[in-house]
Amino acid sequence: MKLLVCPLNGPRPVTEFAYGGEVRVSPDPDACSDAEWGNYVFNRSGSPGQKYEWWCHAASGFWFIALRDTTTDLVIATYPAEFVQTGFSRVRPQ
Amino acid sequence: MMYRLAPHADEWIDRSIIVNFFFEGKECQGYEGDTISSALVAAGVPFLGRSFKYHRPRSLLSFSNHDSNTLFQVGEVPNVRGDVTPLRAGMRVSAINTFGGLSKDRARVLDRLSSFLPVGFYYKAFHSKRLFPHWERMFRALTGLGRVSLDAPRKFTAKRYAFCDVLVVGAGASGLSAALAAAAAGAHVALVDESLQGGGITPLRTPNSTLEALLRKLSQSDKITFYSATVAAGYYADHWLALAEPLRMTKMRAKAVVFATGVIEQPAVFRNNDLPGVMLASAALRLLACYRIAPGRTIVIVAANREAYEACLELVANSLRVAAILELRSTLQHSLEDLKLARRCEDLGVKIFTASAPYQAIAASNGLLKAVDYGPIDSSGTINSQAAKRIECDSLLMSVGWAPASHLLAQAGGSTVFSPEIQQFVPKELPAGIFVAGRLNGVFEFNSRLDDGHRAGTDAAAYSGYGETRGSEVTRSTRCPSHPYPIVEHPAAKNFVDFDEDIQVKDLQNAIQEGFDSSELLKRYTTVGMGPSQGQHSNMNALRILARARSMSVSALGLTTARPMYHPIPLKLLAGRGFHPVRRTPVDAMHGALGAMWMPAGNWRRCEYYGVSGETRDASIAAEVWAVRHAVGLIDVGTLGKIEIHGPMAGEFLDRVYAGNFSNLRVGMTRYGLMLDESGVIIDDGVIARLAIDLFYFTTTTSGSTAVFRELLRLNALWGLECSLINLTGHMAAFNFAGPLCRAILQPLIDIDLAEAEFPFLGVREARLCGVAARLMRVGFVGELGYEIHVAANAGIVVWKALMSAGQDRGLRPFGVEAQRVLRLEKGHFIVSQDTDGLTDPYEANAMWAMNMRKPFFVGQRSLRILEKRGPRQKLVGIEWDGASHSTLVKESHLVIDGVNIAGRITSALYSATLKKWIGFAMLNPDFASRTESLPNREIYIRTDSGKMQLARIATIPFYDPKNSRQKQILGG
Repeated sequence: MKLLVCPLNGPRPVTEFAYGGEVRVSPDPDACSDAEWGNYVFNRSGSPGQKYEWWCHAASGFWFIALRDTTTDLVIATYPAEFVQTGFSRVRPQ
Repeated sequence: MMYRLAPHADEWIDRSIIVNFFFEGKECQGYEGDTISSALVAAGVPFLGRSFKYHRPRSLLSFSNHDSNTLFQVGEVPNVRGDVTPLRAGMRVSAINTFGGLSKDRARVLDRLSSFLPVGFYYKAFHSKRLFPHWERMFRALTGLGRVSLDAPRKFTAKRYAFCDVLVVGAGASGLSAALAAAAAGAHVALVDESLQGGGITPLRTPNSTLEALLRKLSQSDKITFYSATVAAGYYADHWLALAEPLRMTKMRAKAVVFATGVIEQPAVFRNNDLPGVMLASAALRLLACYRIAPGRTIVIVAANREAYEACLELVANSLRVAAILELRSTLQHSLEDLKLARRCEDLGVKIFTASAPYQAIAASNGLLKAVDYGPIDSSGTINSQAAKRIECDSLLMSVGWAPASHLLAQAGGSTVFSPEIQQFVPKELPAGIFVAGRLNGVFEFNSRLDDGHRAGTDAAAYSGYGETRGSEVTRSTRCPSHPYPIVEHPAAKNFVDFDEDIQVKDLQNAIQEGFDSSELLKRYTTVGMGPSQGQHSNMNALRILARARSMSVSALGLTTARPMYHPIPLKLLAGRGFHPVRRTPVDAMHGALGAMWMPAGNWRRCEYYGVSGETRDASIAAEVWAVRHAVGLIDVGTLGKIEIHGPMAGEFLDRVYAGNFSNLRVGMTRYGLMLDESGVIIDDGVIARLAIDLFYFTTTTSGSTAVFRELLRLNALWGLECSLINLTGHMAAFNFAGPLCRAILQPLIDIDLAEAEFPFLGVREARLCGVAARLMRVGFVGELGYEIHVAANAGIVVWKALMSAGQDRGLRPFGVEAQRVLRLEKGHFIVSQDTDGLTDPYEANAMWAMNMRKPFFVGQRSLRILEKRGPRQKLVGIEWDGASHSTLVKESHLVIDGVNIAGRITSALYSATLKKWIGFAMLNPDFASRTESLPNREIYIRTDSGKMQLARIATIPFYDPKNSRQKQILGG
């Protein structure tokens, strides 16, 4: 079973986590067209590569962001969820 | 014929203890320490089994954990691997897949019919749809393995989780060395081997003081846990391995793994290479060293490597007669060491025929090996059968090559490359934390293997945080231990590549000719490698035949992937008790005594209704409904999600996650909330109560409680609003206490005034009820005067009991989920995910009243603007009908029919005893829904299970008390 390193709880089995999808920036609902909004709501990129993803350690209810390579299924770095607002750095936070 | 030799100090058997057992009904004897197979062959049993397809008599081939010839039925247990299963007194052993016993198997006639059973025979002959079931039954009976007893006692098999720093798979020379090196660096080591003892597949040569010293160190080490008789059967992500022990499964998590899984000896392929008496040289050496069994009186060895000569010397040293060595190689001049060994053999009287191959093995009338015909081969390996000569022998040993046991390495993501120099796939790239040692690594000489093991063990320990890496290069073998094509053609075939499935050289060649010419296709069409030994003895030779037929290199074709479990393991190790926790509410214990009939709701168990003796299910539910409408009822709603949100921006947060407005909710009031997803679909609903300016308490649906809370946490992290959420679902007990008499019953128990003016409809109050802190919400819920009461979980039973006894004389009945559904349906409340589906938006569910589109933002709002323009794709309507007979009973999911078209479906259908009619919801096609408005009585037809139609009417909702005067307590309503 895969292990995932939670920034709060350390390495835990992947069954303790819930996946929350890729981190995506919503278009401005007041400014975007219906087509742009529909694209945001319904379409996901399935292309392999490094992606920022929402993960939740379900037992503790802790959400964080993982940078995961979906080709190799390796987690490169994890970030506290606040980084969604402040932007990501490649450095794994302590 | 095999026989037992004089005792030896290092043998694994204890001759002082005789073990009696039964084989095919006859009593046999073995010694303590024997395996089933060793005891049988030592007892002079000529055949141990019958082959799968042609029912040919078979005996030992590999004497390892992979042989399909030696699968037995032992009592009720099928397919026991006799080569490695310890003998126990009283065992009832029999061969599998026979008709009328092993020696008189009636299906042996199939061997003579074999030329009519070519590869792909089933696909070609039995494709008629009409006749296929007939053939299928016949072949199911003819072929197969052991029989599963349906009367066998049910036994649970333990599972265990274990952890180590370094896991070493394989306890041969390199594995032992790796384990000891890792332990010396300070790591906690687990060492796994499928054999009963450590030391490796090539047994102790007498004397091998180095290996003995390693085994002694292993037994003395407190850092190493040794799992003997254990197969590491599968590798899973992040160094998690399934260890199949005899009586349990251990799921081992390691920080680093060393694969020292070694190599598996491969047979030579020639006519009748499956006769009892023909076996692998490594099998003979193991029989000799561990169980003191001689393979025969006169031995011939088919050789293509140094190990053949070493085996010869070992046999002669044990006073056995080796008549000849048939050497496939044209010369031994390339290796001084091989040449020296050959000279020593010759000096001992062994004839060596170079550039010679066995043409066919000859069976005596008793079915056992009596001689071998051999002939000269040219440089391409083609045999000159005209020049064949015969040697009498009763044992023919094969020592022509090895295949790496690289299954786990491949599963771990390691890549391999074919090395033509040593004719073996060797590791190329290794994933992080994976190390390889020994012959799997292409390192063959004993001292090199010890060194390679030390290197791998040291590096693995360093990877897991102990000591420094050694990081030296791997020294691969400079000699070639495997023959590139140990395969001899014969016009009469029976030269078996796969012993499990009776696949001959021509079967593979025919399949290739028919176009199944990749490793994967060849495997599936011929079933090569798909039997109980999973290709351990056949995949490499099949690949060589394929490569030659296609004039390609072995490396260009590559091996098939062995998925976990690469080795068949008993299903009992996989079967187990599921970990599905059932949640119980704080007052769960109360329901059982009241006759609760349970139903699952999400991961909760809830009371469907309370069974009363002498009352039918329907009558009980109707009585529960009646009590709520006319007196008072109590239901446990502790399964609802219960969340507190604190903080100055709590109202703002709720405004964003619910479709309605909550920041303007007055303290002390509640409001219904509808939760949507980004696409505008209804995902949850609940009641939100404002307890203070910066504190809300709200509920979610039972089934949505976990997912909704998790999503709210995510949104809170995303938005970073100044508020925080607490999940109180498991902390709080909750009841709905409803009915015309509820206020009068409740008032004496509570310290606040329940009068309408003090505690109006939709109000929320904090009070002390029966002396404990409680939150009460006056909600509609079932459409009567009612209070939803929340107290701390540990106070739940006190309050439940108090309410029950206070209402005892006033007609109180506890009610279950089914009565609640009737009550709520009568009020026209839809249930999220019962009456709505994964596409239903508020317009379709007529829930526009619960949303506020003027708010700046809420989840789903932008999509609703689009949906509003587009119009609904379906429409939820209330329906009612009378007097359903049994043949026209309407159920959920029944279709609404418009002429010949489907116009919708039923989402709820229940009988309302209050209204004396059937009521429900239907999700209709919107065009049809609007057309019904012009229909007389707005009639629709529902097709029931019997095919008969039930007429129903579209109704206005609520069905009951349309002005809501009862729940609001409007006088005269």
